[in-house]
Amino acid sequence: MAEVAEQTKKAAKGSVVISAERCKGCGFCVEFCPPEVLELASEYNSKGYHTPILVKRELCTGCDICGMVCPDFAIYGYIMKKKSKEA
Amino acid sequence: MPEELYEIEANIPANPIEEYLRMDRMPHIWCPGCGIGTTVNCFVRALQTSGLDLDKVAVVSGIGCTGRVAGYMNLDSFHTTHGRAIPFATGLKLANPELKVVVYSGDGDLTAIGGNHFIHAARRNMDITVILINNMIYGMTGGQVAPTTPVGATASTTPHGNFEETFNLPFLAESCGAVYVARWTAHHVRHLTKSIKEALAKKGFSFIEILAPCPTLYSRRNKLGDGLDQMEFYRDHSQIKNGADTKSVAIDFQGDIVVGKFVDKERPTYLEAMNNHYQKKYGDRYVPSEEMRKVFHA
Repeated sequence: MAEVAEQTKKAAKGSVVISAERCKGCGFCVEFCPPEVLELASEYNSKGYHTPILVKRELCTGCDICGMVCPDFAIYGYIMKKKSKEA
Repeated sequence: MPEELYEIEANIPANPIEEYLRMDRMPHIWCPGCGIGTTVNCFVRALQTSGLDLDKVAVVSGIGCTGRVAGYMNLDSFHTTHGRAIPFATGLKLANPELKVVVYSGDGDLTAIGGNHFIHAARRNMDITVILINNMIYGMTGGQVAPTTPVGATASTTPHGNFEETFNLPFLAESCGAVYVARWTAHHVRHLTKSIKEALAKKGFSFIEILAPCPTLYSRRNKLGDGLDQMEFYRDHSQIKNGADTKSVAIDFQGDIVVGKFVDKERPTYLEAMNNHYQKKYGDRYVPSEEMRKVFHA
């Protein structure tokens, strides 16, 4: 039981959803993410912009600052609900 | 990482902003690094938490980059002629006082072409919320000098630097009688969302100035880098001073920016003042327009 609690503490509290095709690569989300979990990818989207990717998945808190600073409505954060054991 | 702690795909919420926008018009026209989309995000999040009935919210814009907001919001909205967003909003509010009218427009539209309307709506304390995006330049028409361009900044019509005195918009709004005056930048997303929520709940002329980067015209011409560099500048050079004297918050070229909520006071709105005055003058013979509407719509 204690082991499960330890793992829960380390697990991500939230995550982000990225719509890469809407992104214009301004980098606001990467720069202003408080736990600095995002990075610009080396790949391009179809318009030729580098889009963000979630690199430090376990540190994301789902605070949605990325969603608020994104001028293109291409990213948002959410707080994960814990999956019940049976599911 | 234990697998069971990740959420199943079906539980991921949809983008909260999508139901507030006309998604068929996306992608929008704003440049990469422009701050207007950021302010729209904050506005939508403020609307979500304000508890307002969205059928009773109207957005009015003028012309310009920021003027596109009315077209992108999935609310009752109107894209007026240049500078005339406030007179249209005034008419909308007086004809239907139940509406929450938000004017969402740019600095050139509201304070240059529509400057006269701005000061008179503030003087009358018209019950509207004005959100002004200040990118310090006329963005859509090619970067001409605006009344908000700082002294010393270069614009396409002032290639050797601007020498005209700059508007101090919070001071202008306060001296004309606005009851709520605040200034934020596109970097202060949490403060801005809270401030928009307060302004929406405020009765009377509430005014929020938001500084936003214009990477294509203002920053490029003044060699200030791209939108991200401007946002970092806002982060490093903003001082939050709530309740500061609006006389002291003028903007210099690349100087420190004072942000915060400067004015929050009470004053009778135009409709309240009118109803009070005529009730005193004519007594029971006067029927306020709200009552008249009920009779007509019964």
